[in-house]
Amino acid sequence: MARTRFIKDTGLTARMTLVMFLLGALFVALIVGLMYALPNYAFIIGIIGLGIVWFQWYNSDTLALKAMRARVVTPEEAPELHGMIDRLCAMADMPKPRVGISYTDLPNAFATGRSPHRAAVCVTTGILDRLTTEELEGVLAHELSHVAHRDVLVMTLASSAGIVAGMATRGAQYGAIFGGRRSDNNGAGAFGFLIAIVVSLVVYAISFFLTRLLSRYRELSADRAGAYLTQKPSALASALTKITGEIAAIPNRDLRSAQSMNAFFIAPAISGATMQTLTSTHPSLEQRLEQLAKVAAELGRPLDGGFPPPGLDR
Amino acid sequence: MSFWDSVLGRRKPVQAKLDALFALPGAAITLQTAAGFTPTGVGSVCYREAEGAAFAQTQADVVALLDADEGPDVERSVDEFGFTWLVTRQDPSDMAALVTDLHAVNTTLEAQGFGPGLLCSLVGFTDASGRRLGLVYLYKQGTFYPFVPLDGQRRDNVLEIQVRDLLTNELPVEPQLQRWMPVWGAPGL
Repeated sequence: MARTRFIKDTGLTARMTLVMFLLGALFVALIVGLMYALPNYAFIIGIIGLGIVWFQWYNSDTLALKAMRARVVTPEEAPELHGMIDRLCAMADMPKPRVGISYTDLPNAFATGRSPHRAAVCVTTGILDRLTTEELEGVLAHELSHVAHRDVLVMTLASSAGIVAGMATRGAQYGAIFGGRRSDNNGAGAFGFLIAIVVSLVVYAISFFLTRLLSRYRELSADRAGAYLTQKPSALASALTKITGEIAAIPNRDLRSAQSMNAFFIAPAISGATMQTLTSTHPSLEQRLEQLAKVAAELGRPLDGGFPPPGLDR
Repeated sequence: MSFWDSVLGRRKPVQAKLDALFALPGAAITLQTAAGFTPTGVGSVCYREAEGAAFAQTQADVVALLDADEGPDVERSVDEFGFTWLVTRQDPSDMAALVTDLHAVNTTLEAQGFGPGLLCSLVGFTDASGRRLGLVYLYKQGTFYPFVPLDGQRRDNVLEIQVRDLLTNELPVEPQLQRWMPVWGAPGL
């Protein structure tokens, strides 16, 4: 009988489910609100918004690789990197993604793609230079977990409410100016546009915080799965410490040029303290290290014949 | 992985499939009669060491278990990817004993919850002209593929395809050619 050292993190799952439920409810509330305020336009705004969401997700691998000026490399060009990913994919029983290298000194890595069969994992030359083999493998396992969890799809869906709300705000602003002038004999139209703007702005604000929250949970999940895949949580921990420590020390000019890519990075490229806990796409280093330590404890514990530490009953 | 595991981001480690290893003795006979490849009596298991005391203890147990017989001792080495290889040797004519050795490693690791760390197993063959052939078993997929290294990190793909066609009825052969990973310099080949 196969025994497993995998411990379920029920708290994380519950929190993530709640956030996803709230995001779904928010989307429904937005659509219903728009239907009431603008019966004629809501349908078009919704369709265009969802079209953008779909396009972003469908082309996510190409878009992200282009945005990072990354190049897809063949096994001949980067044999060590490919060998490492080959082995990780064989251990995880998943299809091998395309491998890209981005020639930037910023130490980072990201995974993208619409499905595990159409995914790409990209590392920067900065991370290749700074990390040891074991640490790099931990980082790659984290990125492969993002692919397996379909995080691009989940995060794109999660941000769809925000995107549609943003579009609705724009559309309603134009509508309030032009539509309001045309129908000045009837104040109800302009009033409808006003309500639409307020509803969209509120939805946009809430959705902003919720997607950031969800993004942090997805990072923790990928850390866990990656640590279980390589069976070396401490390697990932030391890689994270190295990367986050170094990112804070790099000048700002480099950082800004990579900003739009943050949600898919292994460590956020912006440093700053304002509202960081609420709006960051990644959990704090302490939180991530603490979770990796838990995984390490579970891996190091004897399964039979030993005395399990209190609170870790199976 | 189920839909919900993916949505909730809680992928469980994939467990290893061990039973297909016992098809090896039959396949060895086919290889000998149809292609002239005889077993070298060397086999190896490649796995990822987990950190912590539990794994070190388990590994010590495995080595002690395999060293208990009269034959040569088990060799342990770590390759450049950080994977550990345990090499075990048996009488070349006794394929079943070799498979039993390999299986002992797998079951011990699995019983201690380290099954997800198993990567592959390799059994060596050679023919009269000195060509080497490795049958590689992928634990997570539960499939075999042939690996024929030549000098200078090249592989004899034609021979590999021939061996695949020979063995399709004997063993579960890996259908996706992308998964036929080279294992250059693997101990025991």
